[in-house]
Amino acid sequence: MLSLLGKRLLQLIPTLFFVSVIIFSLQQLLPGDPALIMAGEERDPAVIEQIRQQYHLDRPFPVQYVYWVQGVLSGNLGESMRIHVPVLDLILQKLPVTIQLGSMAIVIALVIGISAGIISAIKKNTFWDYAANAFALWGISTPNFWLGIMLIFLFSVKLGWLPASGYVPLTEDWRASLASTIMPAFVLGNAIAAILMRHTRSAMLQVLESDYVRTARAKGLYERTVIFKHAMRNALTPVITLGAIEFGTLLSGAVLTEQIFTIPGFGKLIIDAVFNRDYAVVQGVVLVTATVYIVLNLLADIAYVLVNPRLRN
Amino acid sequence: MRGIRWAAPAAAYLLLTCGLATAQTTLRIGLAEDPDVLDPTLARTYVGRIVFASFCDKLFDIDQNLNVVPQLALSNSTSADGKTVTIKLRPGVKFHDREPFNAEAAKFSIERHTSMTGSFRKPELAAVDHVDVVDPLTINVVLKAPYSPLIAQFTDRAGMMVSPKAAKEAGDKFGLHPVCAGPYKFVERVQQDRIVFEKFADYWNKDNIHIDRVVFLPIVDSTVRLANLKSGALDLIERVLATDIKSVREDKTLSLATALELGYQGLDINVGNGAQSKNPLGQSDKVRQALNLTIDRDALNQVVFNGEFTPGNQWVSPENPYYQQAYPVPKRDVDKAKALMKEAGVSAPFDVDFMVPKGAETQAVAEVIQAMAGEIGINMKIRVTEFATSLKQAEQGNYQAYLLAWSGRTDPDGNTYIFFKCNAPQDSMGYCNGDVDKLLDEARVPSELAARKAIYEKLTKTILQDVPKIYLYHRRILIAHMKKLDGYKQMPDGLVRVVGLSFK
Repeated sequence: MLSLLGKRLLQLIPTLFFVSVIIFSLQQLLPGDPALIMAGEERDPAVIEQIRQQYHLDRPFPVQYVYWVQGVLSGNLGESMRIHVPVLDLILQKLPVTIQLGSMAIVIALVIGISAGIISAIKKNTFWDYAANAFALWGISTPNFWLGIMLIFLFSVKLGWLPASGYVPLTEDWRASLASTIMPAFVLGNAIAAILMRHTRSAMLQVLESDYVRTARAKGLYERTVIFKHAMRNALTPVITLGAIEFGTLLSGAVLTEQIFTIPGFGKLIIDAVFNRDYAVVQGVVLVTATVYIVLNLLADIAYVLVNPRLRN
Repeated sequence: MRGIRWAAPAAAYLLLTCGLATAQTTLRIGLAEDPDVLDPTLARTYVGRIVFASFCDKLFDIDQNLNVVPQLALSNSTSADGKTVTIKLRPGVKFHDREPFNAEAAKFSIERHTSMTGSFRKPELAAVDHVDVVDPLTINVVLKAPYSPLIAQFTDRAGMMVSPKAAKEAGDKFGLHPVCAGPYKFVERVQQDRIVFEKFADYWNKDNIHIDRVVFLPIVDSTVRLANLKSGALDLIERVLATDIKSVREDKTLSLATALELGYQGLDINVGNGAQSKNPLGQSDKVRQALNLTIDRDALNQVVFNGEFTPGNQWVSPENPYYQQAYPVPKRDVDKAKALMKEAGVSAPFDVDFMVPKGAETQAVAEVIQAMAGEIGINMKIRVTEFATSLKQAEQGNYQAYLLAWSGRTDPDGNTYIFFKCNAPQDSMGYCNGDVDKLLDEARVPSELAARKAIYEKLTKTILQDVPKIYLYHRRILIAHMKKLDGYKQMPDGLVRVVGLSFK
């Protein structure tokens, strides 16, 4: 187990190196000139030139990359060209927000997705099955931004139950914090719940038809025990991997959701940075997102091993 | 014992009523973007200017009719040769750190704008040579050459005064904790979430400050911004969409404040920037005049903006004192436009690469122009481009026509010089005309409106003849606020001024 962990951690190094090269190269392909954007509406040539020098934009691409990597290795992700704040500070400020939002979304997704999937599998071809399938189809096909705006109109403008946008940190007021994040978390979790439901359903159906489940039933076990103790444990193995992968989807989904609900998290940070060509922020955020994604996959693999003892050797 | 039993509820009641009587009032303002750095020297965005207006006073301000009015300055006068501007300062003014505002501080602030690394104010104050302290409340701004738009520059960020002590200590990090001399002082900023200010007790005009705190909340989506206002989570929002005006007017709890903008929406035509200019539209002023005549500005305004904006044909709106009445907004004349095309000897139809920054409104405007231009054989091929990319492509001359807005400046110099001067920063059209250059420089010398207007009249005539740019319309600045917010007045620069505001 430890050697597996060690091996996987070592693999992180080349992966992150390639990620950093790709991030940097792709960013160079972004059309538009950051200095031109930063120079304000007047776009004075002297100001543009000075911005280029200040942020090494006048240097060749490999030199810019070396500057950046040197900084990253010493824990300095650079400074936002737009607001003059260290990128690391921005990330540390935004990460907890997106983690809170993401965790709430994944909990919503897991609760809805897995329970709907199980109900749909054990009540196959009944009203409940059709209802769960209809829900899944709705969840997958509803665009985030539309659902978000509809929820705002219903719960904020019409009913006045929840704040339309904004964010209150958990440490400040947990009730207000939950109120400010429940709608975006639902919007985010909704699509993932639908995907999880479909996968749980098919995995459960497969497992329920296997020999050992038939044996368990023949032994006279309660149906509850058969489903929750024997069937679900096996059926959920691929769902765990899917959950980890979907957490990545969730980070990208947060880009739009945070924009709609004005949640000052990672998604909003990156979208503002891309539109303002704030290169240091884009690079920093993407690098951290990629690292989080890789680490989550690693954790999923470990969880996989824990759930399935045959993989331990 | 009975006394004690009654004392507790009585004390609670007193505490509650006192609490209510002294409850803090907060003005929550919804912004369309997250502002950039809050340092008046390093700031560059329009949205940042809205925030500055609540905490960073300037030497001068403007009123609703675009007149310059004193703020931290009391008066100004210019020497006979136009090269020395004397400014008398307001006495008894303090910065938020209780440091005094005086001639030394004014000199420091102006020189910080002109010399600091990364200063965006350098081009605005390029004419300033140095600043002399005459007495504790008087400065002389010495210019390299006469420059009459100087006082207008001091009505914006170039005129914002910062505490020398705080600025020296913080260096280029001043924007993280700005210290100015405005009605509110900085409390905190959470990037992309909120910027909080509280009332400054020693403000020079404190009798007109009735709200305790001001909080700015950036909410990018205009629908969500309006939903927040309607749900009571905000008290005021900026940049309401023209298509939402009806919804705001129908809501009994809301008011709409408007003013005609200082800027314009126009169509840049590539007349000399690289190979792309080599086409009938770029090479023939007659073809450009024909395109100008084929655009029905009234119809455009009705179709896209429900008639809420103002059609225009010059760099200032028809309400501006510098508007040239001799050259009114032309009516659509397709026959004359066709005749001009014939005169130009071009073989129509021909295609024009029409670059349009992404956005629902800009795209709708482009489609209307496309339909109108098509009638005289100009096929405007719309190419929707993300804004940052479009700027770069315009600079490289990679377009033939480009739909671009300008937020506008108080002085007409700010709407003309950097666009029409040969090789000027905004001259992506590649336009260069010696006579225009001369007129632009001449207009910077006199300070009287009549004399300057006469020079601008000649400039207007030439530009409308050469047509490197087609002016289309002037937007209305649209601010929606709760009816309970009393005393709100909209100025043409679009800024939200908090002095004098109160809750009913």
